[in-house]
Formats: sequence, C-alpha cells, structure tokens
Amino acid sequence: MALIFNISAGSTTPIYRQISDQVRLGVATGKLAVSDQLPSVRALAEDLVINPNTVARAYTDLARDGVIETRAGRGVFVTKKRRVFTREEGWRRLAPLLDSLLGEALAMDFTQQELREAFENQLSKWKPAKGTDHE
Amino acid sequence: MNESTVIRTRGLTRYFGGRPAVYELDLEVPRGTVFAFLGRNGSGKTTTIRMLLGLLAPTRGGGSVLGCDITALTPEVRARIGYVAEDHPLYGWMTVRESGTFQASFYSRWDEKIFQNVIGHFGLKADRRVKELSRGQRAGLSLALTLAPDPELLILDDPALGLDPVARRSLVESMIYLTRRADRTIFFSTHQLADVERVADRVAVMDDSVLRANCSLETFRNQVRQVRLFFGGTPPAIPPVPGLLRAVRLERELRLVCVQANGGQDAVLKQLGAERIESAPLSLEEGFLCFLGERGEQPFILSGIEAKYENSGI
Repeated sequence: MALIFNISAGSTTPIYRQISDQVRLGVATGKLAVSDQLPSVRALAEDLVINPNTVARAYTDLARDGVIETRAGRGVFVTKKRRVFTREEGWRRLAPLLDSLLGEALAMDFTQQELREAFENQLSKWKPAKGTDHE
Repeated sequence: MNESTVIRTRGLTRYFGGRPAVYELDLEVPRGTVFAFLGRNGSGKTTTIRMLLGLLAPTRGGGSVLGCDITALTPEVRARIGYVAEDHPLYGWMTVRESGTFQASFYSRWDEKIFQNVIGHFGLKADRRVKELSRGQRAGLSLALTLAPDPELLILDDPALGLDPVARRSLVESMIYLTRRADRTIFFSTHQLADVERVADRVAVMDDSVLRANCSLETFRNQVRQVRLFFGGTPPAIPPVPGLLRAVRLERELRLVCVQANGGQDAVLKQLGAERIESAPLSLEEGFLCFLGERGEQPFILSGIEAKYENSGI
C-alpha cells in the first residue's frame, strides 16, 4: 500500500523531518512493508510541492539509518529491518523520551496503574499488521 | 560561461538622500540554488534587486551577475536573466497571446511550449485582454513571459504579493518545476515564509538596509533556538545571554530565544539555577519574527502585568 504523505509548512518540525518521520511511522505500523517502493525524489517533490533537496535530505537520513535503500536505476525501497542502533545507544536515546513522557503524565495526576494500561494499550496498536512483512 | 556563483556583490551600497537603502552588501548566490531574499518592507530588497539588474546605479561598491559587471550588463547577459517586477508591468490593451508574441520578438531563445504551459497552469485564456485579468492571472502572465526564454537566472521581486492561495500554489509549483534543470537559479524576495519553507535552499535576511543572515534554511532554523528554563520559585531577572533575541519571564519559567552563539550561552544558562532546561523548537515563522523583532531584553510588558496582579491581590 502506498503511503500518503501529509506535509505542512509552518510547523515546528522541518519538512524533511516530517517526511522521514512519516516513513518511519509507516514502517513501524506496517503501512510500509519490506521491499515496498517509495516515490523518486523528483516525483515526491512535485507531488508535495517542495524543493527536491528537501526530499533528498529525508531519504539520505532514512538510508543512513537503514530504513530505505536506493537501488541503482530502479528506485527507492524499504529495506529489510535491521537494528540501526546498538542497544546501549538505543537506551541512551530512549531515556530522555521516557522521562519527558512520565514527567508530563505524572504532572497531570495520572496514576501508575493508568499509565501502565495506557502504555500496553498503545503498544498493541503499533504491531505491524499480519501479512505485510515479507520476511 | 558556467560560473558557480551567479550573483556576487561586494560592499554594494545605495543612498537615497542622506539615508542608505542598502549598506555594504556582500552577497553570493551559488548556481542551482533557490535563494529566498527576506526582510521587512523598506529593508532594501527591491533596491538591491534593481541594482543587480542594472536598473539603478550603486552609490558605491558593486557586483556581478552571471559573471558580468552589474553596471555594464550586455543584452546577451540580460537575455539569460528572467525578471518579474513587483507590480507586474504589462500592456493592458494587449491580449495574453499578443503579450507573448510581443515579448518573444525580443528574445532569440523563446520556448512557446513553456509559455503555453504556464498560462495554462494559471488558467489564462489566450484571447483575454490583459486589463481584464485578476492580480493572480497577471502574475501568471508575467511568469509565463519570463520563463519562456528559459532564463538561467530567475529574479522575482515579491511574486506572491496579493496572490490568492490558489495562484500562490501555482507560483510555487512553477518554481519547483524550474528546479528540474539543476543549473537554474531562482532568487526571490517574499514575505510568505510557508513558501520559503517549501522551496528555498538558502535564505538571506535584510534588516534596515543591512544583511543580517545568509545561510541555508536548515542552518537558520538550527541557529535560532528557544530554551525553556523551569524554576522552583520566581525566576531570576533576564540574564545577559549572548545572542539573546527574545525573553519572556513567566511565573516559574524563563523562556528565551537566542541565536546560537559559539559557546558561552550554555554556560550562562547553567548558572541560573533552573531545575530543568528544555529546548523547544520554533517554527520558521516564529524564529524569523524573533530574529527581526524588537530586542526583548526588557520584560516590560510582563512586569506591568505582574504589578497589576499584585495590586488586585491575586
């Protein structure tokens, strides 16, 4: 299934990050499967009416992190999933996000039990749908 | 022929009476970029553009466009530059088609297909009189007349001025289309930051006749940053942070926007004794407003509100 990008200028998130975030989200939620093709830089730029360098920047980031790869003469594809960060680096990046989330949540008087349930609940929505993973 | 810098100015200065409209401008525009030229009204953008095109003589300093001195542009070089002026000067009595035929007679290189594509894109009919066109349609015709000779360098002076959202989108689409040729350069002034975010590679910011920023769009966004400092009690007075653009003092928070200075900044912030320091990203527009807004060292508005609350017993 082709991903539909939704880009807005004027956001606090730069456009190249909006694109890469949406691809990552697409992969995480199973909307994008391994070997799915993404539009070319030029095609996506004209579709979204943005500078091609912005799309190229997003694709470069995604390729660096192993989310997509460019096959010469054929296009851009979602790659086989592999771990991009070491576990240690992963935790280092995750810790501040958890702190920020829990800090805000506790400040809003959510109980620990409520947070555990909400966490489980959200997590179950993020599992890739069956049949989309070609591995 | 293929210089890597298409516009270059050195100390470009123009006075009107005793007042400089453009002062000591050093600017370089690399070939193949989409370059946004920003600044408030009256900051010197149009004066700069007119000097680049040889329409206005510099008081001192100078520059070159496509390798040719701006005070001695030859017809050959002019033919390689496309210029859309702010007010879209056109002949009202001509039809759209006649405007095209007239313009084509001045150029050895004229691509009728481009002309037809652009007027089609803006929904223009060939037999309409120019004087009957809407502002957006006039902009479309101006753009078609400018793009048809396939210019290497496109200079647009506030092309989005007065356009409705549909015409503005058509304009941005035309600009994106032009980047299909990697060696084409677009230099445009505008107030539409959403358009800048979509199309620009680089931005230059004029402020009161002086150039204050000249960098990639991404660098501009990274350089103007917002920091929130949270305190257990009343925050301290606004500190002398290097590069401070705006400071807001709230009940238990200091919210600062500053230009990323080399070192120094973080050290000053750490000394303030905040319980927590967070960075809060800004939109391009917010960053731009802080960059060009009044210097915000004095929290005068907020201290006024505080005083009122104290008096009313809150």
